[in-house]
Amino acid sequence: MKYISDIGSYFLMLRTVFSRPTKGSVIYELILKEIDELVINSLGIVAFISFFVGGVVAIQTALNIDNPLIPEYLVGFATRQSILLEFAPTFISIIMAGKMGSFITSSIGSMRVTEQIDALEVMGINSLNYLVFPKIIALLFYPFVIAIAMFLGILGGWVAGVQGGFTSSEAFVNGLQIDFIPFHIVYAFIKTSVFAFILATVPSWQGFYMKGGALEVGKASTNSFVWTSVLIILTNYIITTLLLGS
Amino acid sequence: MIKVIEIHKSFGEEHILKGISTTFDKGKTNLIIGQSGSGKTVFLKCLLGLFEAEKGKIVFENKAIQDMNPDEKRDLREDMGMVFQGSALFDSMNIEDNVMFPLRMFGKRKKSDMLDRVNQVLSRVNLENANKKFPSEISGGMQKRVAIARAIVNNPKYLFCDEPNSGLDPRTAILIDNLIQEITREYDITTVINTHDMNSVMEIGEKIVFLQKGNLAWQGNNDEIFKTDNKDVTDFVYSSDLFKKIRDIQNLDQ
Repeated sequence: MKYISDIGSYFLMLRTVFSRPTKGSVIYELILKEIDELVINSLGIVAFISFFVGGVVAIQTALNIDNPLIPEYLVGFATRQSILLEFAPTFISIIMAGKMGSFITSSIGSMRVTEQIDALEVMGINSLNYLVFPKIIALLFYPFVIAIAMFLGILGGWVAGVQGGFTSSEAFVNGLQIDFIPFHIVYAFIKTSVFAFILATVPSWQGFYMKGGALEVGKASTNSFVWTSVLIILTNYIITTLLLGS
Repeated sequence: MIKVIEIHKSFGEEHILKGISTTFDKGKTNLIIGQSGSGKTVFLKCLLGLFEAEKGKIVFENKAIQDMNPDEKRDLREDMGMVFQGSALFDSMNIEDNVMFPLRMFGKRKKSDMLDRVNQVLSRVNLENANKKFPSEISGGMQKRVAIARAIVNNPKYLFCDEPNSGLDPRTAILIDNLIQEITREYDITTVINTHDMNSVMEIGEKIVFLQKGNLAWQGNNDEIFKTDNKDVTDFVYSSDLFKKIRDIQNLDQ
């Protein structure tokens, strides 16, 4: 019963987020601030993780190919497919559920605890629009983060594979190009956009409706990570079935 | 003026406000007092429109908030200023931006005009040269002053304060009380203060509403509260040793 009520409150929140807009000049500044805090500030960790995980994927693939009948280009091919289809869009999003999501939940939750949200409400401001809408708009830039993750993941695979002596550069690049299906990129960015919406709204919902004090802010951040990850995994499954399943 | 007529508020099975009726006068500091759990905060939040009363009416000037359409409610909110217990300043903004916030949200003034107004109210609350500091960089007393400045920057008709001097030393608490009273008279606004501080009652209690278990148990002013024989009120007033001693000294003098 509680889950049904939670889901209901999430959709009611979304309705309020898109009603009674905040003054344009104020919201414009907030969007820029959110782009900086959520998108730009995530680039470092995304770049680091993508590069090294790309490298590990290439090494693992190379080490598991013993059969001489399997072509060498498989290292590049497997790295490309893993990074483009799952690692960059899905697993980076789960990492972002921890980094970005807990930041959103704790910042909104702290505002709730310190009555800053009440202060907005008393002034007649639609606090959900003021707090959540700029995050949704800022995360329209999230696909750019994932594009960088894709590029660096593949670059990491090439560096680790070639410099580590696991494959030749020519074979790796050949593997990247072979059987390339452009729709896979479209698929990856469709699901990235859905994940971006989840990343902006679920942690906001957890922070906005939390009750209690500092301890509860911590609990809300944990819940936010759990809910966001579960939703990302579920929507990943649904989108994959719908777009690639047939 | 705010007129409260028979308001009731419940949360689930719990009946918090049980038919409170009173009037808060313009140009006066109106205090809501009572023990913790007496319904003071719920009452204040009903006045602010943050909670909706199930029964009864809260009339601002001539119109009940219950009868207002969303646009009228929004206009009413622009006429309200609120000082929260913990000040509720926005952490991410400096003092100047905090005070300017209501002007930016509702006004159509030029930035230079808004800045003039901000400096004017900051100077009114005796807080100059702190514009660029952040809330975390100033003391609790200064935060309260900023909160008062933010509450009055838009020339409100109604000022609400939730325990404005909690967490402050007695001297600063009295300064804040006096500042609120001066502003109330100067701007001729209706001020409603939620408190359980007897010093505030003595200093600025021009009208006092005493709540007990969700009922209005007594109302009067700061002279009358020390003369009443209402047991709930006397138990509350003389719960502190200081006031007991004052009463004992007064009795000895007589």
